[in-house]
Amino acid sequence: MSTEIKSTGSAAVPLRFVMPIGGVAGTSFKPEHLPDILEAGPRRGFFEVHAENYMGAGGPPHRALEAIRRDHPLSLHGVCMSIGGPKPLDKAHLARFRGLVARYQPALVSEHLAWSTHETSFFNDLLPLPYTGATLACVCDHIDQVQEAIRRPLLLENPSTYVAFRESSMSETEFIRAVAERTGCGLLLDVNNVFVSATNQGFSALEYLADFPLSRVGEIHLAGHAEQADEEGDLLLIDSHDGPVADAVWTLYEIVIRRRGAVPTLIEWDSKIPDWPVLQAEAFAAQAILDRHQSAAPAGDRRAA
Amino acid sequence: MPPEPGLSFTASFAPALLDPARSTPDGLTGPNGKAAGRRYDVYRNNVTVSLIDALAAIYPAVQRITGADFFRAMARSHVRSNPPASPLLFEYGRDFPEFIARYEHALAMPWLPDVARIERAWLDAYHAADALPLSPARLSAVTPDRLADLVFVPHPAARCLRSQYAAVTIFAANRDDAPVTRIDASTPEDALITRPECDVAVRRLPPGGAVFADCLISGRPLGEAAASALEASSEFDIAANIAGLIEAGAFTSLACGDQ
Repeated sequence: MSTEIKSTGSAAVPLRFVMPIGGVAGTSFKPEHLPDILEAGPRRGFFEVHAENYMGAGGPPHRALEAIRRDHPLSLHGVCMSIGGPKPLDKAHLARFRGLVARYQPALVSEHLAWSTHETSFFNDLLPLPYTGATLACVCDHIDQVQEAIRRPLLLENPSTYVAFRESSMSETEFIRAVAERTGCGLLLDVNNVFVSATNQGFSALEYLADFPLSRVGEIHLAGHAEQADEEGDLLLIDSHDGPVADAVWTLYEIVIRRRGAVPTLIEWDSKIPDWPVLQAEAFAAQAILDRHQSAAPAGDRRAA
Repeated sequence: MPPEPGLSFTASFAPALLDPARSTPDGLTGPNGKAAGRRYDVYRNNVTVSLIDALAAIYPAVQRITGADFFRAMARSHVRSNPPASPLLFEYGRDFPEFIARYEHALAMPWLPDVARIERAWLDAYHAADALPLSPARLSAVTPDRLADLVFVPHPAARCLRSQYAAVTIFAANRDDAPVTRIDASTPEDALITRPECDVAVRRLPPGGAVFADCLISGRPLGEAAASALEASSEFDIAANIAGLIEAGAFTSLACGDQ
């Protein structure tokens, strides 16, 4: 397998001017929905996949992704690059990510402001980082490496968080703005994450959005969350991706779209996955909001042929 | 190597994620100076549950056999002592069959590690590189004088496993929700795992078949493989075994020896 990875040098990925997909709503792609999706035929929208699920050599996952990609734009969403960690990026993992970008030519490519690996252990979660000058330099260096490898800008996603670090010296929006300015990366604004973090960390979601560099947002995520309580019985929200988008998140979303104009919007649903029509209905709801603001869209809408 | 100044947060944050005996790391806080304990526990729970779920997805037959509570306790113990090293979760759990073999509460099910080995091989076959299987017509075109030196190129998905127990029958009976009838676990069974197209297939090999398949998959010539198989079992039927392996999609092409 290692020889295969080495053979995909960065020259294998041509520099591309990515075709904008405009203000369309998409959904997570779940293999159990493939028969329904193929039967319905090409539709307006796009599908997003977790890159790591397609890093095997072959087999059914690639066949499913090829079938989806034939008729629809694709968003490639990495969840394990550990961009927010102090460790050097995993070169083999970066090569696999680059290989997927070259093979599937996604319309959107994104990763997280988080870390998931320490020493030799992979924790399979999006873990938080302090916002300091040192972590800013490290994150920027990692994003430079990713963008150099894939030869296009990356969209960086704001995290959902449950704790804060005492050593943080800047706010999350300040940090994200600085990363975008230094690296030229775009941003993936997860509105549910904003709502979850604002509730958990006691800040105003509206103020966060007012401080967020919306002009750099190239994709939006919407998802469901779950409710728990902390030691004192106060509300603690869990970014669970296991249900419909909450009303409060829809409200924040419409505020963002009114201000930003229509941008590709994804309904994320990763566990307790519903039947396809239920997931599709969430995307229709996002599309209705996007369509009310299409005139402000920065790029022309393009229906999937 | 010590981390650079200001970059030690992962070293402080990570160790307690999979160790419930450790306290909440220093330097973390909730809003307005609130405690971080319950909040940090969200990460602990996410990490542990998602990795147990990953093992449950790789080993569904083992979970059905043991029941969910037994499985999750066993998996939690494995996750804490052997967290994944790769961000690719479909690579996780390679050492889980050996863990099951040593797991005190599973000792009464000595066939369980072999069932797990078949499930692990099933997933490897599922993700293996695509390749067209060998057409039976290719073999008919080989002249008899060259048969003994013939080498088969294995399909990337092909795997062979041997068991002292009825691991294939137990595996097959527990990969779906259909009711299980009584199985005599003491009958030795060898498994051939292939994926010629999209679907992974698990077959039980006849006597001597596993020795034969192992030899051919590892690139040894047909004559040598047949001799080893006959040595292992006097019942070994070479024609039926070659035809069976080709039909199962175990090979992609033929090569003659000395290449």
